[in-house]
Amino acid sequence: MYPSPEHTWRPGARTFYWCSAIAVMLIWLTPIFLLLNTALKSNEQINAEQGAKFTIPAPLLPEGFWVLLGNPAFWSSMVYSFLVVLPVVCVAVSFATLAGYVLAKHKFLGRTWLFAIFVAGNFVPFQVLTFPVLRMMQDLGFGDWSPYNTLWALILFHGAFQTGFCVFFMRNFIAALPTELIEAARMEGANEFQVFWNVILPLLRPALAALGLLIFTFVWNDFYWSLVLTQGDLMLVPTQLVNLASGQWQNRWNVMAGGAIIVALPPLIFFFFLQRQFVAGLTLGARKG
Amino acid sequence: MSFFVDAWQSIAPSGLTLWLFGLVAVTVIGALTLGRLFRYGPARILFLAPAFLLFAVFVLYPIAGSTWMSLHDVRADRLVCADGREIKELEEGEYCRRVQKMEWVGLDNYRRFFAKTDRNIERAGKELAKLNPVKFTEDGVGWDPSTMSKGRYPRLTDAGEALLNNLIWLIMFQVAIPIGLALAVLLNQNHFVVRLMKPTFFFPFVLSPTVIAFLFQFFYNTADGAPLMWLFNSIGWGKDGILGTDGWSNIGIIVAAWYPQIAYCVIIYLAGLTAINAELIEAGKLDGASGFTLFRKIVLPQLWPATFICVVVTTIGALRSFDLVHVMTVGGQKSEVLARLMYEVGFGENGGNYGYGATISVILFLIMLVFIIFFVTNMVRQADD
Repeated sequence: MYPSPEHTWRPGARTFYWCSAIAVMLIWLTPIFLLLNTALKSNEQINAEQGAKFTIPAPLLPEGFWVLLGNPAFWSSMVYSFLVVLPVVCVAVSFATLAGYVLAKHKFLGRTWLFAIFVAGNFVPFQVLTFPVLRMMQDLGFGDWSPYNTLWALILFHGAFQTGFCVFFMRNFIAALPTELIEAARMEGANEFQVFWNVILPLLRPALAALGLLIFTFVWNDFYWSLVLTQGDLMLVPTQLVNLASGQWQNRWNVMAGGAIIVALPPLIFFFFLQRQFVAGLTLGARKG
Repeated sequence: MSFFVDAWQSIAPSGLTLWLFGLVAVTVIGALTLGRLFRYGPARILFLAPAFLLFAVFVLYPIAGSTWMSLHDVRADRLVCADGREIKELEEGEYCRRVQKMEWVGLDNYRRFFAKTDRNIERAGKELAKLNPVKFTEDGVGWDPSTMSKGRYPRLTDAGEALLNNLIWLIMFQVAIPIGLALAVLLNQNHFVVRLMKPTFFFPFVLSPTVIAFLFQFFYNTADGAPLMWLFNSIGWGKDGILGTDGWSNIGIIVAAWYPQIAYCVIIYLAGLTAINAELIEAGKLDGASGFTLFRKIVLPQLWPATFICVVVTTIGALRSFDLVHVMTVGGQKSEVLARLMYEVGFGENGGNYGYGATISVILFLIMLVFIIFFVTNMVRQADD
């Protein structure tokens, strides 16, 4: 283990370690404390103080939260966010698991290239996709219906874009599973679908959970695509928050702070309850070598 | 009969949708027929097809589409029918799906991007008007050049400024990696207090960039007694703060972006530290290495996979930076980056120029391509081992 456990250190070094660790944590959390502090103040107090600083909220008012929770546009954005995120997670994870299995365990010409394409596509600055995707969303569809400015546009795009990361993740996870299991199942006469369903899938449960959480967080936090592909009330919740904060609630700092906290809550709740899955998902590959 | 025709026309898929259906059908039928020649072939193609088709249509094709669009003049408000007819050719009451007209202009958009400042006389005037009163020429048509030369003439175009800022992002953003490494070493202890502290260092990673933007707008605020006001006063920014000072606002945004990025690096490095080979460290200690030498010669090389991942995600993050700039300064105070300039050109107040927007995004992509090739060859090599 590096560094060596702190209880084996000299007393002076231990004191220094603990002091610095606590100090670093306090500095690290200062912006968060300021946000919480601001969210709990009344509008009058913030105006009198002309900004956000560490003072005791008097009166202690969670006004910032109430204003937003009473706003229909914000509420519906919250619902829309879930309506987009959940299908995206399902589509991206299931498609990528199928593809990841083949890329990991089948040997065929061009397999490396195909994998490389998924990885590379996942790395592009996604802004380069903006105008063609926008045009496609306006051009796709039936009759005079097109996915532009509906939740379908966001579901389609995010589903596709996240598939890249999911394929990368799943391929690496499945590649680490023992090939003998698959060989054995094939000897028993199982076809590829049975191998996938009965042998691979049960082993993937932890990976599916981790990946689902990551994709949930990525898509929930997205700001850009909702700005480009939807307008008005259909915006997802981070975009709606910025929209409201630059319009209706300009300079209402407690409302902005409360809104930021509400937007951050769903991923945070998942993170604190399922921390191990999160960390395991993120560090796939970091342990290798 | 005409009822059916009308009904069909009202639900008929547009050109692009038909193409997509065709593509899916060809793939599936092709997989089922041709695939029988190879063992596992049909299953393989059926397993790959959904992910690949979705990815190809919405990620791979748009990259080519942007490149193609960047060679055209495309305006948001100049529309034609999707089947190529002009809108005025339509008969009374006839409906057509409208898309932006594409007019071939070759490399004009790229020339505009790399043009020198003097073409940007309007912006020069705006900059000068802020600094000192600028006189019109006598006929009132333009700015009097003799008054202009006295002021600070902006040496960079909008595009040049964004390019430079992106470069600063690319370099400054990497600082998150050593900070993350230092914090990971600090936190790699088994004491229960440290175990409780770890999540407080991880969680900024799951915050939305918009939340980070608000967080740091508050943190950088310039009320008397605000957390950073002493710093702003001592540097001399005063009430402008870091976000209101030309040139420094970009740095302020990068520091805000460090917050989730450091958290990410801490997570990656902590995982890397658990995989450190204890025997190598013992051997190093026996050979007399200690302190920083031990870290640099024995620990750091073993952390290379973690460092590689950190560099990859940090570089991508630096070039994708949009959200924080858009929310914190809207590109003002010389904090514009390419991604946001592209948004401004395409969707901003005087925007609607999709062709030029696509050009900016393609240039951003080309910068990234250098890194992508390096990263992907490395990753594929790792995957092949």
